[in-house]
Amino acid sequence: MIPLLRHIFRTGILTEPLQAPDEGPQRELERLHDELLGILGRALTIREVDAGSCNACELEVHAMNNPYYNLEGRGIKFVASPRHADMLLVSGPVTKNMENALLRAYECTPDPKLVVAIGDCGCDAGVFGKSYASCGAISDVLPVDVRVPGCPPTPLAMMQGILAAVRQAK
Amino acid sequence: MQLCSFPAIDFNRQPGVGAPVWRGRAANGDELHSFARAAREVGARITAIWGSDRRAQGQGYRLQCVFGIESGHAWLSLDLPAEAPSYPDLADLFSTANRMQRATRDMVGIATIGGDQRPWLRHGGWPEGWYPLRHDAGEPPTFQNRPTDYEFVQVGGEGAHEIPVGPIHAGIIEPGHFRFSVVGERVLKLEQRLGYQHKGVERLFVGADFARGAQLVGRVSGDSSCAYAWAYADAVEAACETAAPPRALALRALMLERERVANHLGDLGALGNDAAFAFGLTQFLRLKEDWVRLNARLFGHRFLFDRIVPGGVAVDVDAAGLAAIVEQCGAIETAVKELRGLYDEHPGLQDRFVTTGIIDRDLAQELSLSGLAARATGMLLDGRAHRQGYTPPPPYMALGVRPATDERGDVAARVAVRFDEIFESLRLLRLLAVDLPGGALRVEVAPVAGGAGLGVIEGWRGEVAVGVEIDAAGRLARVHPHDPSWQAWPALEFAVLRDIVPDFPLINKSFNLSYSGVDL
Ligand code: SF4
Repeated sequence: MIPLLRHIFRTGILTEPLQAPDEGPQRELERLHDELLGILGRALTIREVDAGSCNACELEVHAMNNPYYNLEGRGIKFVASPRHADMLLVSGPVTKNMENALLRAYECTPDPKLVVAIGDCGCDAGVFGKSYASCGAISDVLPVDVRVPGCPPTPLAMMQGILAAVRQAK
Repeated sequence: MQLCSFPAIDFNRQPGVGAPVWRGRAANGDELHSFARAAREVGARITAIWGSDRRAQGQGYRLQCVFGIESGHAWLSLDLPAEAPSYPDLADLFSTANRMQRATRDMVGIATIGGDQRPWLRHGGWPEGWYPLRHDAGEPPTFQNRPTDYEFVQVGGEGAHEIPVGPIHAGIIEPGHFRFSVVGERVLKLEQRLGYQHKGVERLFVGADFARGAQLVGRVSGDSSCAYAWAYADAVEAACETAAPPRALALRALMLERERVANHLGDLGALGNDAAFAFGLTQFLRLKEDWVRLNARLFGHRFLFDRIVPGGVAVDVDAAGLAAIVEQCGAIETAVKELRGLYDEHPGLQDRFVTTGIIDRDLAQELSLSGLAARATGMLLDGRAHRQGYTPPPPYMALGVRPATDERGDVAARVAVRFDEIFESLRLLRLLAVDLPGGALRVEVAPVAGGAGLGVIEGWRGEVAVGVEIDAAGRLARVHPHDPSWQAWPALEFAVLRDIVPDFPLINKSFNLSYSGVDL
């Protein structure tokens, strides 16, 4: 236990303030948290759905939970069931083999629901395009509120996309 | 040259400086099967199987089989007629050939004689009898996308019932379907059904130029982008009888080892978390974030996408960058050593890790397993390291890589191998950084019409193989990227058998296999 405590003490707090590109390095995150509470009255819950990615978009979704970005610490939680989700965060392209499962997840998500498409593949089908095996972008299958391009998008870009979707819904 | 004590087939070494590959041709299906039997008898592995349609060149179909042998890889092809192409089932010799053969049938329409005829990649998205990799396939017939029924193997007996999971899983993870047959909590059987990530990448290679091929291959399995890009570059260079310059090879190794460390850091954190040690996750994710940030700063991409290209590399690192790498290796080493101490001494963690999810060495051999999962059963198999009869390709040839092994075959062993591999990669990174050769970063690669090549790279999971065929116009006729997860997914089916359902997430994570890499 002692080495564990020593390690915790030495590491300190790493969470960084989230910078909004056009608003300077202000406490964007606290604002995000306040806004979220104002809109939803509680934390934001997200169901991430990989509808056909190369798996690198998911690496960056995981990174949002590392102590630098600390998404969970900011009241944004990933949940296991779409029934408990306010938002679907979806990577693409949507494969034909995932089309039905994605539609089912969407139907199970209670209204009003937000959909954020992540990655170039999620936004416009990316390098894979539309084909016999790919339905294309997320918006070819579902209504999409916000798109976060990038291959993969950085954790910061995704956090800003999530915030943009929540603001838009307000 | 004769391989695997099989005199009937003459093999020739492919050109280039990549991992040693010998090419040969089987005269007929019987000869292929006999070679496979001889190879199995001397302990070879099946590495990959794919097919190509050569009817546009006035030929028939071609089946390609790659075997992992003592001295490298044997790449055997078999020409098949344009009418009713078929070949002997190899799954009786190598059980993990099963899914590769079914995928070959789904994609190209060449099938085994007998054996498992269930579809693999084709769910309900396109009709039976339409094959995406046939040159005259065109667009698929209009077709309603309805998931097809899949015949899972039924387990009978009193009290046995099934638990279906997926394709969308509870966590942030790729989709796939797992069917558990259980009695109480005990797992009697696990059967996987994959293919949900199938996005048609193999067809996109057809007719592409080398640059577009590189872009696609680096996105077959994003967590192994460097391994794929390097294997593809090796294959293209072998096909075009050229080689990347020494500085490029060293930079490729630098990036591949950084990819290995990044993935091991993430997995070690997640494994701690799955065993209720969230502190481990936080610490390892912090280290991983530091690691990928330096990637972004020095190489311009957090996961090093698009940096390894045919002919060399697309990025250089200056002396200050190399110094930053050496410095970071020191910092990460200290931190990981400390965390290893915590993992080793944490009674709850060890309790969950030890004797959970066991596969033994015989099974690893039986399944043609490669990579860290194989080394965690005590198998001394690492494409970067010297072994009896095998010399690794440059730059590893001169680095004296020490493969990490552990005999236990359980989650604890896969954790231990990951820790050891981090330390070894940090050592290699320092060696590479302090002694980076000068010279060019890239050579022009002039396409050789009709050329073919195979690249094999020891990625962080295991052997990543990429086969390339070039058409008469110098464009890509066929590329087959092959993930080591093809062999490791069946290993996971065995690894859960002595355990209970709640242990599944931990066992699964200890392998952390690619879905996209096998679904293609
Ligand atoms: S956007 Fe890039 S990282 Fe994300 S799934 Fe597509 S290819 Fe992979």
